[in-house]
Amino acid sequence: MSAQARDTILGRIRTNLKKGPGLTGPPPAVRIAPPRVAPEAYVASFKERLEALAGRVHHVAQPEEALAIVQGIIGDKSTVASNAPILARCGITRLGNVQSGFTDAASLKEASAQAEYGITSADFALAETGTLVMLSSHEEARMASLVPVRHIAVVETARLLSGLDELLGRLERPNDQTASMVLITGPSRSADIEQILVRGVHGPGEVTVIFVGP
Amino acid sequence: MPASPPPKIQETLGKPQLQLAVYTNTGRLVEARRNAVRAEAFPDYQELRDHANAVKRHTIENLDYYLEQFEQNVTRRGGHVVFAETGEQVSHFILDLAKKRGSRLIVKSKSMASEEIHLNHHLEEHGLESVETDLGEYILQLNHETPYHIVAPAMHMTRYDVAEIFERELQEKETDPEQQARIARRVLREKFLRADIGISGGNFLVADSGAVLIVENEGNARLSTSVPRIHIAIVGIEKLIPRAQDLAVFLKLLGRSATGQALTSYTSLLNGPRRPGEVDGPEEFYVILLDNGRTRVLESEEKRQALYCIRCGACLNICPVFRKIGGHSYPWVYSGPIGAILTPQIHGVERDPWLPYASSLCGACHEVCPVKIDIPKVLLDLRQDVAQSPSGGGSQALGYRLFARLMSSPMLYRLVDRLRILARPVMGGGWVKSLPAFLNRGPLQGWLAYRDLPGLAPKSFRQQWRARQGGSR
Repeated sequence: MSAQARDTILGRIRTNLKKGPGLTGPPPAVRIAPPRVAPEAYVASFKERLEALAGRVHHVAQPEEALAIVQGIIGDKSTVASNAPILARCGITRLGNVQSGFTDAASLKEASAQAEYGITSADFALAETGTLVMLSSHEEARMASLVPVRHIAVVETARLLSGLDELLGRLERPNDQTASMVLITGPSRSADIEQILVRGVHGPGEVTVIFVGP
Repeated sequence: MPASPPPKIQETLGKPQLQLAVYTNTGRLVEARRNAVRAEAFPDYQELRDHANAVKRHTIENLDYYLEQFEQNVTRRGGHVVFAETGEQVSHFILDLAKKRGSRLIVKSKSMASEEIHLNHHLEEHGLESVETDLGEYILQLNHETPYHIVAPAMHMTRYDVAEIFERELQEKETDPEQQARIARRVLREKFLRADIGISGGNFLVADSGAVLIVENEGNARLSTSVPRIHIAIVGIEKLIPRAQDLAVFLKLLGRSATGQALTSYTSLLNGPRRPGEVDGPEEFYVILLDNGRTRVLESEEKRQALYCIRCGACLNICPVFRKIGGHSYPWVYSGPIGAILTPQIHGVERDPWLPYASSLCGACHEVCPVKIDIPKVLLDLRQDVAQSPSGGGSQALGYRLFARLMSSPMLYRLVDRLRILARPVMGGGWVKSLPAFLNRGPLQGWLAYRDLPGLAPKSFRQQWRARQGGSR
């Protein structure tokens, strides 16, 4: 069915466009804008942007400080953590109420569905918009930042970029290295009822980002 | 004026509460967009619009090439591309797959393409449970309604409407939107965790990556595409862009034009099933490329720009006609100015010949369009198509011919100018809303059904001119 539909559709397109296979000309050149934020202002800009969306941002020099902040937030609540090395380095995965080291989807799903907090890292962070860039991999599962009620990301400060343009300048085709690139800009929100803002409607209702390192 | 617009228009105009809801909600979106694109916030906005228009033009002019490239890049990573000419082919494919995999429960995130083809209805007819998970869409599904607006599907409802629906369908009494959202989260979360298949739409298809890009704010699209074992994206063939790097332009325009957001809460770029070593993600990945009349739109070189649309909804929000008659008065799922140029090209102008006329041609839609579709121009072209169609515009064409004759003959014009004395008692000054019964027939009746005419001035221009000439001499 599909093969026949394919040929019909492609045929109809060529007939109506009066063209054969191939390009009629080159596409317009890619337009990547120069960075809008200077590197020394990355953290401040990220913080301003994410806080405007009701997110929270911390910046610490040492892994132990990140651990203290995480402990202060999660208390004894049930938590899942991704397999990102920085979480182990900070000692987060050794906390008693933190489950981590998941290797299969079923157990991660079950644990995340029960968890109050999901802790991950991020591959990049975008200063211009307060965005976390998550590339799915064996280190970062998709559900850890999505299914729990609240999300905490512990990210090396060096992962900050200016913005979307710089990201796409570096990763010309993000899918060359991942099946899923997700940009997270603030908590889950909806305005579907009377345009009244509600947070945490499906994804996490709170997002906290902790930058580690100078 | 050909044929008659649907009665839904009069019905909508007669409901003050609905008028208020639509006017307020579109007004907020207009305001949010205006703030986001002002020069201080978005200095290169106008250049990006030109650029986006050029990229879309190039893509549509080479649609076959980019579809094949997209297909190759999906297949290369273990995903499947399914071409579908019609909605029946889409439901057939999904039913067949669900049967083979033994799946009964489907979670769905927003897809206008699936609304076009009444997918839920077909799936449910065959015993599958297909649940809309976007909060607005979920409310509509509970109430058996179609989206009112492509971005804000339940824009026409108040929290009290929602409360009634929830009480009837979920036995939950609640009028607070925050608590209503909690209820939906709880009910739908259970569905997400049990579903085998997740269906999504797609805002862009990225040819060089074989990827589907989805923007959203709630997280239901992420859940639909991450938790179930199978992900199926249903997307119109026109949603292509050549390169992932083009997203640097399109994402900036889309969020700001739709809701005033620099980036929506979540933007997902998805390509293929989970890769080796990954913990989660779908094991099977399908992209259904839907034609459903789109290839027909390519026929006209001038009018095919309707396919550049990235579905931001800005033209609906700004449109004085949409804001009065609302989303359900339009004959198809795409309403507002973009619907008025898309629907006639897909269904043929004869099905709803009134539609291209449902516009004051004020040009606001063109001004706010992030990809610069010249909607007023396409509307005019479509009016011409209506006038030239076998059933359309006979009396209108006659009317305009008579008018042209009158306006190009000084002698005739003078004669009619004298006759205005006879018309005065009929018109009576002010605005003419209706004509006496003996005149109110044929083309005049149609013309005046939706228009008021200015009454005749006490003195005609010619009389005034003559007096002025006489006085200055």
